[in-house]
Amino acid sequence: MISLSEIDTTCKRASKAVGFSWGVAEEIGKNMRLLEMFGIPGVSNLLGYFNIYKENNFKKISLISDKNFSESKPFCPIVVGLNFLDQINSLNNLKEINFKNFAYPIIFLPFASRASEIIGKKIIVNIDDRKFILSFNHTILTNSIDNLKIENCNSLSINFLDNKNTFSHNDWNDLYELSKKTFVEETDSLKISSAGAGLTDND
Amino acid sequence: MQIELRDPNIIMKLSRLGSFHQSKISFLRSFLEEFKNWEFNRDLFDLDENGYGEAVYSLKKNKRIYSLICFANALSDDERSDRVIATKWDAAFVLHDGIPTKKDISRLKINVPKQEVGRVSYKELTLSRANKSLRVFNHVVESLTNGKQPNNKILSDVGYLYRTTAVYGSGKFGLADRFRLKNRNEINGPFRLEMMLVYLIRQFTFDQVNHIAKCKNPQKSIQLDDKVSRSLGIGNSTGLGMAPFIVNHPTLLNNWILAREKSLKKIREIKTIALKDKEIFLNCLSNSYKNIASWNTDSDFQKKKINQLIVDLKKLNQYLKSEFDFNKNYPFNELYLWIEKNLNEECIEYTVSMMMEPYSEIVNPYIKEMSSDEEKYFNIPTDRTISDLRNILENKYKEIIKIDFSKKENNQNFWFISKNKEEPRIANRYEEQGHELEQPLAIARDIKKLYQKIFTEKNSLPIGKFLINNNELRHVVRRAFIVEKFPYAEIQDNIIGSKLVPIDMLRLKLSFFGAMKFDPRSDKWLRITMFQGAPLAKELNNLNEHWMYN
Repeated sequence: MISLSEIDTTCKRASKAVGFSWGVAEEIGKNMRLLEMFGIPGVSNLLGYFNIYKENNFKKISLISDKNFSESKPFCPIVVGLNFLDQINSLNNLKEINFKNFAYPIIFLPFASRASEIIGKKIIVNIDDRKFILSFNHTILTNSIDNLKIENCNSLSINFLDNKNTFSHNDWNDLYELSKKTFVEETDSLKISSAGAGLTDND
Repeated sequence: MQIELRDPNIIMKLSRLGSFHQSKISFLRSFLEEFKNWEFNRDLFDLDENGYGEAVYSLKKNKRIYSLICFANALSDDERSDRVIATKWDAAFVLHDGIPTKKDISRLKINVPKQEVGRVSYKELTLSRANKSLRVFNHVVESLTNGKQPNNKILSDVGYLYRTTAVYGSGKFGLADRFRLKNRNEINGPFRLEMMLVYLIRQFTFDQVNHIAKCKNPQKSIQLDDKVSRSLGIGNSTGLGMAPFIVNHPTLLNNWILAREKSLKKIREIKTIALKDKEIFLNCLSNSYKNIASWNTDSDFQKKKINQLIVDLKKLNQYLKSEFDFNKNYPFNELYLWIEKNLNEECIEYTVSMMMEPYSEIVNPYIKEMSSDEEKYFNIPTDRTISDLRNILENKYKEIIKIDFSKKENNQNFWFISKNKEEPRIANRYEEQGHELEQPLAIARDIKKLYQKIFTEKNSLPIGKFLINNNELRHVVRRAFIVEKFPYAEIQDNIIGSKLVPIDMLRLKLSFFGAMKFDPRSDKWLRITMFQGAPLAKELNNLNEHWMYN
């Protein structure tokens, strides 16, 4: 088995070899390590992308807006990922961000996962009909674990989830009632002796 | 009294870092402290009459077991090489997590002797190989075979039976990644598993010579005396491979040095010192002469440093006897101020290490702070501004940004990874090919580039926007924001300049390992000894914490 440390180092060096700067290569190494740790195929997607990287022209975006369309050239997942990560504090205000025509979108996921940790919000990434929920760089949930080597997608959308609960108020109350069964009913004597505060409030 | 931490602009210069010595916080010493209550066992010892075969040693506490698996092989003299290009060694070792099964040993027997071209699994923790010091090994075997203890002079000239030529950990060649082990308290210190491996190898070397002698002459042979065994360590040949580590792990470097600096600060702040603490310090000093006198090297560079160290230690001794009063308030502060003014860097740092000896209660808590969760600091704070970045560069890289990199001598070398061995190397940019594949280790030059680049940028520009068109400097932008938080994270020197002495970088790291008797063989590699004088595995339970100065 290849260790995560080997994955990090080799992806970093390979990224430099195809033309990215060392600083960007460091980001890619860390990201592929993350993906593989989450059980998502980072290495094979990265190799697939690097195999076509030199022969193809990819759209390199600098400022991301809510709608980013490129008919002729697919978006580069690394350049979009870097800019998404670097601009996350302002992008965070947009409700939804859309891309059309995106190369190797799985490579974008760890950038978004790290961004989720920075802003403290969950992020949903939809890659065509596949859905990924990225939670603070701790977990990546998906509705599709098969065939995750994806060369291109027509649509990639990003939503920032407001921090809200997954359960109803009633569910919470019911659970809280249950938790109260661990409490001790206070008698008059316990009220006087066990709190530790003074007995006179106006002293 | 409040003492300031020492100035990183002085301490982080390579000449100072290259003068560091082992101390209580060194990894091999903290390893012994941590494992002194563990149970040591020799679980398997299956060597033939020539000492070839397999052995397993373990350290055990409660349900946790670490096992060293040793493979000793026949090696002809012309195959023996300490260089990283070697493909065969006298012995190869791996530290296994738990008790190895027969299947594990069979698997490892195929792979471990091959080292870099073999593969191990996440059940293995560290990997190493070693060669005999033929001169000492043969002499010891011959002496024991004939019923005599070996000649002390021959032993002390070298100091070990075997020297390792590489010790690998942290995920290399399929070894376990650090994250798999991070919740284990006993190894919560840098390189603790590497230290365990080397310590257990040392025991194997003693058992091997005893075994061969006994096979050769069952009637007359004797065992190596414990006192003699204790005087032997494990040698190590270290080349440039180790140097980039301290550049590539800035937060870790900071935490190592900060532990030393905080310890020194606290010791200087002690108002009155106890008699027993004074005696421990003076005892270390008086035993130092003997230790330093047995420090052998052919290197003129090191000989000069050793001679100066001896002269300075005598000067220190004289000062302590004739002028210094330990009964004054803040005696270690006064002593420190005196050594900074009167002694050379080698002796200043040697004395700092000795000052730490009496104070386990001060030093030990800092040992627990010497690891680093580097991932935590990886993200660049892109909402910060150019003004913030400029302040960092002007404060933390004061001297660096004054260097003129248009001068050839400041830009002379480049660091690269050799294709043959995938190891770091350094070469002259103007004489050798390959500088276009330079590794990102020219931190001083790239920081200067960054400083020049932001000169014309608006102060209020967010870093995220600056990076859109300047990703070629991303690695040093990240670094600057790390260094802002960690005062000792950066070497305050130009490591591509013509004046670089690479062994200063090696020695810094090796001093934290706890190595002694640095013996430079050129400006790019050196030999050292580890665990020389350390208690034997069977004596771990009675560890004398000042064993280095015995």
